[in-house]
This record gives sequence, structure tokens and C-alpha cells, in this order.
Amino acid sequence: MICSDAPVLIEICDLHARVDDQPILNGVNLTIKAGEIHALMGRNGSGKSTLSKVLAGHPAYSVTQGSVRYCGQDLLTLQPDQRSRIGVFLGFQYPVEIPGVSNLEFLRVSTNARRLEKGQEELDTFAFEDFVQERLGLVQMDPAFLDRSVNEGFSGGEKKRNEILQMALLEPLVAILDETDSGLDIDALRIVSAGVNQLSNAENAILLITHYQRLLDLIKPDYVHVMAAGRIVRSGDKTLALELERNGYEWVDQGLKALGTT
Amino acid sequence: MFRFSLKAFAPSLIFDRLSAMTSQSQVGQFVAQPYKYGFVTEIETEKIPKGLDEEVVRLISAKKKEPEFLLDFRLKAFRHWLEIKEPNWAGLDYPPIDYQDIVYYAAPKQKSKKNSLDEVDPKLLETFDKLGIPLSEQKRLSNVAVDAVFDSVSIATTYKEKLAEHGVVFCSIGEAVKEYSDLIKRYLGSIVPINDNYFAALNSAVFSDGSFVFIPRGVECPMELSSYFRINSGDTGQFERTLIIAEEGSSVSYLEGCTAPMFDTNTLHAAVVELVALDDASIKYSTVQNWYAGNEDGIGGIYNFVTKRGQCRGARSKISWSQVETGSAITWKYPSCILQGEDSVGEFYSVALTNNYQQADTGTKMIHIGPRTRSTIVSKGISAGHSSNSYRGLVQIGPKAFDAKNYSQCDSMLIGDQAAANTYPYMRSQQPDASIEHEASTCRISEDQLFYLQSRGIDFEEAISMIVSGFCRDVFNQLPMEFAAEADKLLALKLEGSVG
Ligand SMILES: Nc1ncnc2c1ncn2[C@@H]1O[C@H](COP(=O)(O)OP(=O)(O)O)[C@@H](O)[C@H]1O
Ligand SMILES: [Mg+2]
Repeated sequence: MICSDAPVLIEICDLHARVDDQPILNGVNLTIKAGEIHALMGRNGSGKSTLSKVLAGHPAYSVTQGSVRYCGQDLLTLQPDQRSRIGVFLGFQYPVEIPGVSNLEFLRVSTNARRLEKGQEELDTFAFEDFVQERLGLVQMDPAFLDRSVNEGFSGGEKKRNEILQMALLEPLVAILDETDSGLDIDALRIVSAGVNQLSNAENAILLITHYQRLLDLIKPDYVHVMAAGRIVRSGDKTLALELERNGYEWVDQGLKALGTT
Repeated sequence: MFRFSLKAFAPSLIFDRLSAMTSQSQVGQFVAQPYKYGFVTEIETEKIPKGLDEEVVRLISAKKKEPEFLLDFRLKAFRHWLEIKEPNWAGLDYPPIDYQDIVYYAAPKQKSKKNSLDEVDPKLLETFDKLGIPLSEQKRLSNVAVDAVFDSVSIATTYKEKLAEHGVVFCSIGEAVKEYSDLIKRYLGSIVPINDNYFAALNSAVFSDGSFVFIPRGVECPMELSSYFRINSGDTGQFERTLIIAEEGSSVSYLEGCTAPMFDTNTLHAAVVELVALDDASIKYSTVQNWYAGNEDGIGGIYNFVTKRGQCRGARSKISWSQVETGSAITWKYPSCILQGEDSVGEFYSVALTNNYQQADTGTKMIHIGPRTRSTIVSKGISAGHSSNSYRGLVQIGPKAFDAKNYSQCDSMLIGDQAAANTYPYMRSQQPDASIEHEASTCRISEDQLFYLQSRGIDFEEAISMIVSGFCRDVFNQLPMEFAAEADKLLALKLEGSVG
């Protein structure tokens, strides 16, 4: 939902980042306002996941140039845990397994960290169980997954649902969902999309990283961006995604050639 | 279902939450939380001069007004000890121990016979209060009986009368020698013989005090029993001795906690623990060892050379060891089970964490003698800093142990790139039917696991301790309730500053 006087949530300016000595992001510009849904597309290896991890503060990437402001503050100086607590959420493309750590306990500690930041009281184990039960419905997840270790032995689709459950519990202002649709079957895709739509409102924003129109049929983006070689090379409305679906990314290469980078 | 507050019970575990780390780079500079139990109690003690010879052994025995048979036991052990050499197969690295530079008997001065707690020096009661083990009638824990051992002597045992109603004996070894000399004669040294090893021989010669437990036939011990060992003097060795006897069909759960002040010299601790389980009896023995570990540069700390062994003497008996080892400069410890009775069961669940310059060589021995005996070993070693942490375990299946089964799982976690982890599993089987399964793994905390937790609002330190306690989950599940939660916190405390 585009609303011209909505506040800016996140403003990325000329962002450059590298891993070791290899540049991966080469000047990303993107502004997201409250209420908006943005889709980020682009070939494998174009830097989409890297952008999402840099925004979340992954230590492997160093920012060499540019800035990111989130709700008026410099996001890049904050630790990853602080970023989460103030409302930046990354739904991982590949959520990791953490053996022996109870999923329920993990969700509770995480939710309470965010709640404390917002000035809400912490939930004890009983209050949290009620809260989590209610949110489970949003992704139609089997409560049995709460008793297991974090992501351990979960199927690809189950891991993704667990990510969206976390989004539902943390109620972020900016949610970056990295290929949440991959690994989901048709039914799961519908359920997860419906969940995300329910969580989307006028105060928050979503950046959807995806390869597929089928997700964008279910979660309708206000803007579509195409990434190539570590920058956003084209932005448009949802018709851009349809154009990509028809024509592929070849034109991107042409455009890059014209820019002198491949 | 029993419930007790571990905060009070295992003081070594009390943990203050530190303010959340604000920057990852700070972690490297973060100074480890000081050891909280490092204080010294100023109390008049009666000490004998340093050094060890036959006269000293006689003197200890005389001070304790021991019967002849016990003096003989000590002298035999001492003479044997003189003839053997300190073992070095564990590959632990420490300067030679000067056995003549140690005080072998130290006792707080107090009335020789204390009829009630009122007669115990208030300073001692205060010390245990401070450690979180209140002993006085009003404050003591409601469902745990405690034997408090200070340097060489047991100063108080709570709930003796209540236990006596069930026929359970819980007292100091010194007292048992007088009151239950038949049992002592029969069992002392029967599981760990005086010539078992160098440190056991030394202990047998000079042991000071410790706990004695007797659970009569058919009795399920009505409360948790625990001993709390406190080393106070810097130059005094601690040589305690524990004996637990569970008669036919009885059961008991016993817990042991340890702390010591911080000295920049090393203090020797060489204990012996003997357990006997008769037919259908079961003993669960849990330890939280938090002796002073030395400073960040490896100066000071306890040398912990301990012999713990349980004998499943009866059919269908069971002995289960669980240990959380976090302290001591050096740990040399292999709680073992001799599975003699048919269908008897031995278990060993261990978490050993080393940091800075600590060295641990710990594991177990499962000796299968009887038919259909079963054993389970789960060991989790975590090494951080410049420490070294080894699992050393033996599974032996004798010729008559038909259908014996063992399952062993030994996992190591390395934190940082200066720490070492080793696994030495030894297997000997004289039984072709035996089933022996061994799994081992080594891992590091991955950056991606840490990042995942952090990106969910969990700070760096807490993320590490979550991953570590997840790694130890299988062992913590075996600990008495609440103990596990506190064990988590102890590990977190010990790990602080280890990752940068
Ligand atoms: N940690 C890393 N180490 C080395 N190379 C990396 C790392 N992360 C990303 N890259 C490289 O950066 C490029 C962009 O990767 P990524 O952001 O995952 O792309 P996308 O998500 O668009 O498929 C790829 O060439 C990838 O191999
Ligand atoms: Mg990607």
C-alpha cells in the first residue's frame, strides 16, 4: 500500500559491501516507507541475500561505503541483536539448525528481547505458550514443532514456516523475507502468503526476495526491483515482475554491458 | 515430585546476569567474571606441620581416635604408596607435586563433640550461609539433607534424625567409623582397594573426612542427600572419602558440590568415592565441581585427582554418575562402574568445560562382568581459551558377560582456535556376543548459528551459552530438576570472555 506521506522506515544509500576482499554490493539505493511491500528479484548470485544479511548485521560482510538509516538512526553501527530488537527482521533463505536448543524456549527468549525493547512486559512460560499458540494458527504450524530443537530435522518447508512464525511473534517494522517461497509446496505457499498478508499493515513494510511470480500473485508488491552485480538496476511496479517472467534477465546483461560492468 | 532450590543447594552455580554485551568487539576485552567463592574464612585452625611420613599417618589416626583396624588400613596404604609412582599416562602438564610441602590435617578449632548446631562456630555457619548452604534449623533447605565438610572435617549434617526414622544413615565418615564400624570394616576399600592407584593409596593413608550413607533394604531415601566440600586453607590438601551403601531394593540420589578460595598456589585434592549397590538397588550420584580453576594465566587452582567407583554388586542394580566439571586447574577423574550383578546397569553422563589454562582428563570405565549387563556413556567436552580437555574411557566386557551392551557417545566442542580436545576410547571384549557402539564428534560453534540467534534479538554471550547448553542437553536432562537450569548458568558464567 503506497501512501505518499507515510514515514520512511529504511533508507539505503549507495551501499557497498565486501566479503574478504571481494566486492559484492556495489552501490545499492533503496527507500522503503511504512505500509509498502517491495519485491527484490534478480539472478542467482546478484547479491540479494548479501544485501539482506548486511542489513541484519552479519559479521562476515564489511560495509565499505554508503549508509543505511532505519527509523532515523544509523543502522550499520548496531549489533545484529539490537537490530532485531528495534524491529528489523530477516527471514533466512537457509535457516540453520541448533541442536539441543528448544524451539519454544528460543522463540520465547527472542520474543521477550523484542518486547522489552518496546517497553512491554516479558511473557513467562505460560503466557508465552498462549501467545505462541495463537500465532501458530497464522502459519498453520503443528505445535509439535515447538518441542523440537531449533530447525533440527525440519524439512525445507517447515523451516520456512518457523521463520514466518518468528516474524509473527516479533512483529517487526521491516521484514526482509529471503526466498521464503522456495521449498514450499503449493498449499504451504498459500498458507504462508496468507500469514504474511495478515501481518502486513500500514505501520510496517516487507522486502520480499523471490524468483517467482507465483508468490507475487499472492503477496502483491507495490514496487519491484531488479538486482544485478550488486546494485539495483531497475525498479518499477508489479508489471515489472510480469515482464521478467516473460523475458527473463537477458536484458539486464545488455543494460550492464552498456554500463561497462558485467 | 521433589523440588528444591538449587540456588541454595549448589551455591557454586549462583549466577548474576551481566549487562548485555553491546558490541561484539567488546567481548574479546571482556574480563571473565571473578570466581565468586574465592573468599577465605578467618578461623582458628588446628594444623599439623607440613610433610608426610608414617608418624603423620599415625597422628591423623590418633587425632580421630580411630580403632586399630583403621590405623592398619592407613599404614598399609601408606607403605604401598611409598613404593609406587605418580601416574603420567594422562599427559597432563604440571610441575611435580611436592608431597612434603602439604599439610595433611587441618581442622577448625571447636569443641570436639558437637551435639547441636548451636555448638558449631558461628563463623563456619556463616561461611556456609555465604556459599548458599544454610545449615541452621530455620534456614536450611526443606528437602535436602546436607553434610558440610570444611577442610578436613565434617562440621554438620542436617536432618539426621528425620533420616534415621527411615533407617537411613547419613553422617561423616569419622562418625561412621565409631558408630558403624562393622559396615566400615566390611566396605571401606572394598571397591577402591588401597593399592588401586597412586592417589587412592595416598587418600587411604591420610583421608580426613567425608560422608557416609547407608540405605537399608527396601528403603527409598526420602530426601536428596548432598555433601558440600569447602577447601579453606591454602596449603592443606583435601582428602575426603565417601562411602555409599545401598542395600537390596533401596534407592538414593546424592549430590556433591565443591568450592575453594583463590590462592596463587596449587592445592591438592585427592578424594575417593566408593558406591555399592546390592540386588535391585539404585544409586544416582551427581557432582557439580567448581573448585577454583586458577586465573586467566593459569596461576593457582586446585589439582583434582579423584577416584570414584561404584560396584553393582547385586542383580538388576544400577549406578548412575552425572557430573558437571567446570573447576580445577587439573582434573583427573574417571567415575566407573563394575557391573558384576546380572542385568545390572551403569551410566555415565558428563559435561566437562575447560577455559583459560585448565586441563581435564576425564571419562569413565565400564567393567562388564555379569551377564546382560548394560552401560551408557554420554560425554560432552567443551574447551575454550588455551585449555585442553580429553575424554578417556574404557569399556571392558568379560568372558561371562553374555549379551552385554554398551553405548558410548563422546562429543567435543571447541571454542576459539587455541583449545584442544581429545577422545581416547578403549574397548576390550572377551565376549563375541557383546554389542558395543561408539559415536564421537567434534564441532565448533558456527558463525551462522550465532548470527541466527543474534538476529533474533539474543545477545552474543547469551547466544553462545544457548548453543553450548544445547550441546550439553543430553547430559543436563539426566540431572535432578532445576539443577539443569543452574548448570546452564554455570557454563555461561565460565564461558564469559572466552570468545572474541
Ligand atoms: N560469505 C561469502 N563468502 C564468499 N562469497 C560470498 C559470500 N556470500 C556471498 N558471496 C558471493 O556473493 C555473490 C552474491 O551472493 P548472494 O548474495 O547469496 O546472491 P543471491 O542471493 O542474489 O543469489 C555470490 O557470487 C556469492 O558467491
Ligand atoms: Mg540468495
